[in-house]
Amino acid sequence: MTSPNSSTPSALRPLHFKPLNGVRIVVWTTYALILLALPLVAQSSFALTLLCMTGIAAVACLSYNMLLGQAGMLSFGHAVYTGLGTFVAIQTMNKILGGWPLPMWLVPLVGGFAGLGFGALLGYVTTRKAGTPFSMITLGVGELVFASALMFPEFFGGEAGINSNRTGGTGWLHDLGLTFGPQIQVYYLIAIYLFICTAAMYAFTMTPLGRIANAVRDNAERAEFVGYDTRWVRYLIVMVSSFFAGVAGGLTALNVEAATADLLHGVRSGGYLLFTFLGGVGFFFGPIIGAVLLVFSLVVLSEITKAWQLYVGVIFLIMVVYAPGGFSALLMLNLRRIKYGEWRKMRWPYAGMMFFGLIALWGIAAIVEMAYQIQVAAGSGSEVTIAGIALDSSSHTSWAVAIAVMVAGGAAFEYWRRKFAKVWSDGEERIAEAAKKAEAAIV
Amino acid sequence: MSTYALELSNVTKSFGKTAIIRGVNLAVSKGERVAVIGPNGAGKSTLFNLISGRFEPTSGSIKLHGTEIIGQRPYEISRRGLARSFQITNIFSRLSVFENLRCAALYASGQKYSFWKPLSKLTELNDRTEALMASIELKRRRDVPASLLTYSEQRALEVGITIAGGGDVILLDEPTAGMSHSETDRFVHLIRTVTVGKTLLTVEHDMGVVFGLADRIAVLVYGEVIAFDTPDKVRADPKVQEAYLGAVLESEGAH
Repeated sequence: MTSPNSSTPSALRPLHFKPLNGVRIVVWTTYALILLALPLVAQSSFALTLLCMTGIAAVACLSYNMLLGQAGMLSFGHAVYTGLGTFVAIQTMNKILGGWPLPMWLVPLVGGFAGLGFGALLGYVTTRKAGTPFSMITLGVGELVFASALMFPEFFGGEAGINSNRTGGTGWLHDLGLTFGPQIQVYYLIAIYLFICTAAMYAFTMTPLGRIANAVRDNAERAEFVGYDTRWVRYLIVMVSSFFAGVAGGLTALNVEAATADLLHGVRSGGYLLFTFLGGVGFFFGPIIGAVLLVFSLVVLSEITKAWQLYVGVIFLIMVVYAPGGFSALLMLNLRRIKYGEWRKMRWPYAGMMFFGLIALWGIAAIVEMAYQIQVAAGSGSEVTIAGIALDSSSHTSWAVAIAVMVAGGAAFEYWRRKFAKVWSDGEERIAEAAKKAEAAIV
Repeated sequence: MSTYALELSNVTKSFGKTAIIRGVNLAVSKGERVAVIGPNGAGKSTLFNLISGRFEPTSGSIKLHGTEIIGQRPYEISRRGLARSFQITNIFSRLSVFENLRCAALYASGQKYSFWKPLSKLTELNDRTEALMASIELKRRRDVPASLLTYSEQRALEVGITIAGGGDVILLDEPTAGMSHSETDRFVHLIRTVTVGKTLLTVEHDMGVVFGLADRIAVLVYGEVIAFDTPDKVRADPKVQEAYLGAVLESEGAH
């Protein structure tokens, strides 16, 4: 009984027959097809720019989640690695323009190795401690690197930053017309790097080191008592994570052909944290959702409203309190409902919540935008348009309408939310029962 | 064999001015099962913390298979073959039962920090983990996160994590604490079977368990070992009677 290898009869040994995992193949093929087809759907150059930024952000957020989700390390300095990756990549591009025999499409990999190098250097300091001290040290290192960037203008280009040009270089791909002049070529390069990095980071979660990172996250002390030097685990994870962050930085260099010191700033690090969290740290694909939200907020939402940071902040607060698993967890919870045949019962509560939620949101947005118009942008008149409806921030009627819509919408939303909560918890009970039955069936 | 599996000489530990362990001498032979008993506050858990490297002793020497281990980190001591469990359940809460056990066996299986091989390809390790899971009777809870197990299941997992790495010196800190009588009986049987051939030290309050499990008993009172002998001799020892055991044996109805 204690030495199963020698004495267990072969018939009782655990089976290792595993058919090719169909679901996995479908998921990855779909992912590749989506990346291939996206430019066909979004043909304007603005849309293509958004796609490129999103792809890069996805690599960065996935690499950030190696720290936060996988190893439980709350870093406030991830932009150090993406940013330094960009700077080294831009410098490399300039060397290529100067005659280095390196093809441009390898520049992101150079960024990756730069990230790895800086991860090895700075991570040695940051990973000495875990938990809150780790967070504090990353904050300090981030400030230090940002300050250094302004102190060494030869490398970082000072306030103005440095520029390069991605169309140079040599190599047979370049001769065939892959010059990275057209943005679409850059998109496909980003897509290929994104796909490979996603696959590599996913594979990493399935390796001994990847799993031990989970163990250290859950209980560092116990990990020490089963033979692991938890500091070494943290250090290795920071290095691997920094490598992929550096790849994201290298892709940024190719995409925008410029680097400024704000790439290294703590605000950017905070962005990775915030949107990775919104996407969800508990599931591998969560940060990809986070990256979509990141680009949407930074580029689209900020075009629509000047108060975009306020909305992002409020959403972040609501998510931290009510859905700490982020959007990926919400998605998975609903998929579970579908699996257990519970989703139909929730259609109407969902529809009601959505409808009245949007109405309440209109009221809230109207109040925020009118207040913003008065306080910040008074010079540009008092007219505000919310979802096609014109309001006047100096008119009492507009304010009354906005408040009334918010209150009425909010009340109706709350009514439907309670209905929803009831349906949800009933479903939860049924699912728990079904799960128990399934478990009892295992002998 | 002249070297002991575990040998403590004149080990002391003070927290500030308070001396908790005051000169412990203990030599445990290979394959021996030793129960450490003593009143509350005698320093039993502290002693385990000193041996396993959680705390560093103030003075003295602790040898594992003849090698001095004082000053080594817990992971270094663990790699030398000493494994311990905790009085307060100390598991990987969000990982499944299977992953808990596999993580506990991972370093010792030679994988260390590797990241070039998927876990699913480590057939031998996975088989061994499945077998261990069956032997601690948690097979049907294989994929349940450890935090959702019942208390006694968590205690079983605690012991499972301890023995998963194949350490040959096992310290169990009150493995049956908080269990009902029937659970305790089953659990003691479990501990017996999974620690065959290993050196075992266990802190235990249940005298039934102590006399059923141990080859020798160490009685720890106020940071000192006042007796270390076979159960019968310890039971008859007037010093032990006076200090501790008499009262306990009377109150427990003497097994």
